[in-house]
Amino acid sequence: MKLVSEFRDPQLAAHLIKAMYRTSRRAVSLMEVCGTHTVAISKNGLRQMIPSPISLLSGPGCPVCVTSNRDLDKAIAVARQPGVILATFGDMMRVPGSYSSLSKERAEGCDVRVVYSTMDALRIAEANPHQKVVFYGVGFETTSPTIAASILEAKKRGITNYLVLSVHKLIPPAMKALLDSPELNLHGFICPGHVSVIIGSRPYQFISEQYHLPCVISGFEPLDILQSILMLVQALETGQAAVHIQYRRGVREEGNPVALRTLDQVFEVGDAEWRGLGLIPESGLKIRRKYRSWDAEEFLDLDVPAPRKAPGCLCGDILRGIKNPFDCPLFGGKCTPESPVGPCMVSSEGTCAAYYRYERYRVQDEDRGRRGEVPQLKPAG
Amino acid sequence: MCLAIPGRVIEIDGDQAEVEIGGIIRRASLALCPPVRVGQYVLLHAGFAIQVVDEEEAQETLRLLQEIGDIGEIS
Ligand code: SF4
Repeated sequence: MKLVSEFRDPQLAAHLIKAMYRTSRRAVSLMEVCGTHTVAISKNGLRQMIPSPISLLSGPGCPVCVTSNRDLDKAIAVARQPGVILATFGDMMRVPGSYSSLSKERAEGCDVRVVYSTMDALRIAEANPHQKVVFYGVGFETTSPTIAASILEAKKRGITNYLVLSVHKLIPPAMKALLDSPELNLHGFICPGHVSVIIGSRPYQFISEQYHLPCVISGFEPLDILQSILMLVQALETGQAAVHIQYRRGVREEGNPVALRTLDQVFEVGDAEWRGLGLIPESGLKIRRKYRSWDAEEFLDLDVPAPRKAPGCLCGDILRGIKNPFDCPLFGGKCTPESPVGPCMVSSEGTCAAYYRYERYRVQDEDRGRRGEVPQLKPAG
Repeated sequence: MCLAIPGRVIEIDGDQAEVEIGGIIRRASLALCPPVRVGQYVLLHAGFAIQVVDEEEAQETLRLLQEIGDIGEIS
């Protein structure tokens, strides 16, 4: 596939890894914020290819995983309301809330539908004029403009039975929350490519200016990620802290102004609760009053019981980058993708799911870096 | 959930487009996309084109990667 396969060339990957071995001198911890990067790293075995002084930590960039139990319970309460069709992206279905999940509710008779796009949810609303269609809006800056566009479209077409329950979140405030926490010792960020397609590179500037850490906005193919890691290692070895764009074919400094305008028209910034990170000020998106006729919060009188945490699950620590799935005693035993305990095992972008699928049997060779060996590339799994 | 895939625009009709990804044609909304022409590539996410892919930048990145390799061969 054009613009994809060129960025998977094993020869060029080997060059990048060799360059990393030449450049890397000291131990550094880099965080890939985005869940899609986590999956690409695990799937392509990149963690095992790079010099061992470089550690890659997974961050809070899986929207499904960071949705709090309170917000999951709320969506379940909405689905239980009579006359409601709850529409959502497929990833949300099996995520366990405190007491149930959307797929369980569907099995018990609630009308819950999986859609690929908000435009599908609008079509469902048009086809069911006597019911309320509530779209459960989960996602970061990549996805929230598509939800904003659906509200503008509903207004334009006079669709009044379409509502959005917004638990959208913003990535830069979560990165700031991580940097302000004393538990994490980070040296640089691999910044999310598709969030940055929308927001551009400027919102990360505070990280280089105030925290003096380098950031590289990365694409998602193996060469993109390897080049980004090399760029970060080079920046750290030369003591530079700046925001660079590796994913130049998709990301412009100013982002996507059309999408940003749409987002700003419909949403305003508000506080949001994140699994693992707690309440982060100004890290979420609320529907502006002007569009409150499409805001589910205005209409649904919900009685949601107090949330409960799954006992033993370390998702919160994993999302903060201080633990990895192997630290969790439930990993691979009581908790598997077939019978997940926490969201990090359910979501296709969850760290536990990625480790379970691709890294369970891989062993990190700690001596590799010291021997200066370049490992052979394995084909993508 | 933040996955976006490059596809080639083969037809534009108002703010809708037909986009080809690996031989499969998909409909996509252009409501969020900067101006785009037939034949260009867009990044597709949840039924929306969210950016025009800059093919020159893609070539430039690949050239740079090749260069890193060439330096490696010499040193
Ligand atoms: S392995 Fe399961 S229980 Fe453990 S942290 Fe991951 S999702 Fe939670």
